[in-house]
Amino acid sequence: MDWSFFAEVLIGGLLAGVMYSLVALGFVLIYKASGVLNFAQGTMVFFAALIFVSLREKGWGSVGAGAAAIAAMILLAFFVERFVLRPLVNQPPIALFLATIGLAFLLEGVSQGLLGAQAHGLEIGIPDVPFQLGAVNVSQFDLFAAGVAGLLVALLAIFFSKTRIGRALRAVGDDHQAALAVGIPLGQIWVIVWSAAGFVALVAGILWGSRTGVQFSLTFIALKALPVLILGGFTSIPGAIVGGLVVGASEKLAEVYLGPHIGSGLENWFPYVLATLFLLVRPEGLFGERRIERV
Amino acid sequence: MIYREAGRFHATYEEDQRIFPIRLDRVAIAGILAVAFIAIPFAGNDYWFSAILIPFLILSLAALGLNILTGYAGQLSLGSAGFMAVGAFAAFNLMLRVPGMPLLAAFFLAGLVTAVVGLFFGLPSLRIKGFYLAVTTLAAQFFIEWALTKFPWFSNRNPSGVISAQKMVIFGYVFSSPVSRYLLTLSIVTILAVAAKNLVRSRIGRAWMAVRDMDIAAEVIGIPMLRTKLLAFAVSSFYCGIAGALWAFAYLGSVEPQAFDLTRSFQILFMIIIGGMGSVLGAFLGAGFITLLPILLNVGAHTLFSGRISQSLLSNLELMLFGALIILFLALEPYGLARLWQIGKEKLRLWPFPH
Repeated sequence: MDWSFFAEVLIGGLLAGVMYSLVALGFVLIYKASGVLNFAQGTMVFFAALIFVSLREKGWGSVGAGAAAIAAMILLAFFVERFVLRPLVNQPPIALFLATIGLAFLLEGVSQGLLGAQAHGLEIGIPDVPFQLGAVNVSQFDLFAAGVAGLLVALLAIFFSKTRIGRALRAVGDDHQAALAVGIPLGQIWVIVWSAAGFVALVAGILWGSRTGVQFSLTFIALKALPVLILGGFTSIPGAIVGGLVVGASEKLAEVYLGPHIGSGLENWFPYVLATLFLLVRPEGLFGERRIERV
Repeated sequence: MIYREAGRFHATYEEDQRIFPIRLDRVAIAGILAVAFIAIPFAGNDYWFSAILIPFLILSLAALGLNILTGYAGQLSLGSAGFMAVGAFAAFNLMLRVPGMPLLAAFFLAGLVTAVVGLFFGLPSLRIKGFYLAVTTLAAQFFIEWALTKFPWFSNRNPSGVISAQKMVIFGYVFSSPVSRYLLTLSIVTILAVAAKNLVRSRIGRAWMAVRDMDIAAEVIGIPMLRTKLLAFAVSSFYCGIAGALWAFAYLGSVEPQAFDLTRSFQILFMIIIGGMGSVLGAFLGAGFITLLPILLNVGAHTLFSGRISQSLLSNLELMLFGALIILFLALEPYGLARLWQIGKEKLRLWPFPH
């Protein structure tokens, strides 16, 4: 076995996994605070990136386009709180999940209807070239993405544990009714957390977009975040990162080492099967909380 | 006034147990069947049969299958199109490789093959539920699509994975004209719908609903979890498999695995959300709604704006409309069109003196 080749595949996979983690992070944020598995997160990634890239093509600066995209995501958060979450309070979680599938379709229609369906290239000034690190090739862009992900996680960790709003978010995540009882405004919290998820979606969208181009298939890449969540646990931010790394590394390794034997292209389904097998052993994920149910 | 239950006395068990206890319901169903079997074949044209009615019936069958699993047994599935693909390819291979295989037997066996595949992917449901199950059924969806494309054996070594369905021959009669394909599809769907209606009011159906409403409580009162959940997966996949076989044989003629992608799964899921979870009627209402809406939208846009709306904008409008409708239905009427119909009937019972 060629170890330096193995290391190269592994590192490439881990760094690609960072990108999955970024998307999964958005899911975790919303799940923690509102108990909703937001299926539309992938579409939000696409939507945010599409706004950013369209404005840049109209001649806006990166900062202006980014600010506009964030503003749009905050607007979306208000919309979601008012028209999706509020009418569905007290419905079973599965209804909320289905509603976010509806939201995903709505958002796809809106973004492509307003901004067009053609693919956009996105250049953010970080070249996607490999360089030598010891004996292995590492992509500079991937390292940059990993740095951004690390920064984002650190920021979110501080936000969740040190600030007043972060504490309120965790309280809502623990128990909606108890949080309401001590006077935490649920609606505002939801808007904040969906805005934060929108911001994470924008970052993920810009990074993914500059790698693959901003196009509709971004929403499918985001589906890969689901197995990431299962591996890491739905409620854990470190879990999202570790899960992303595991998924990224394992699918690349499977493609390279298993692919020649059973057919190429298996990275499309491998993470899902991995997650399914994992579920049979440990349903709460690596870092998730074990739920105890009573009649 | 017209529609009511008063004066309805059951003298025998048979009368008490029948599917439609109210006479008007029985008359209405008989009327609908008569129209579907006799009037439509005379009145319809080929476009209606092959572009609207046949896909509507097949998708109703798939929605019925998903409704058994999701609406009755409470197990969410995002892989129904994958199971349709299994059915289509299984029927194709059975017809191809078994000499003298009768068509209906091939459909039935294809359903059984799909049921076995569904059982396998249903196994995780014993330990997990809700969103988690959504992910494992996504695994089924992607894995099936990949396997059917990747292994040339399934499509008889067709380079692009396309299968061309064999001619449909039953007792020497060739079903090739649109109207005959419509009647064949209608007959199969009717039989399976009646079977489903009876199944869900049997002991099995009640066990499914108990599991859906609260699985732990169901287990405590002695409903075997393993058997009940897996049976739901098997029956649901059986229905989806036959729907898939019909999709290939009666509707398209030749089909590739990509015809059964995730979008199709969502389409079927939307049918049961809009039509009504946990209702046989709902599967038909939802399928009708979702197949007709794009057509109506198209026709409406053409007559109102006569070509000034571009096709891409129209398809985006359709996406938006579907998304908005899903959210609207979940918020306002979680049990869908079937529940609205129910409410309508209850209003009719008191009409015109509601007090």
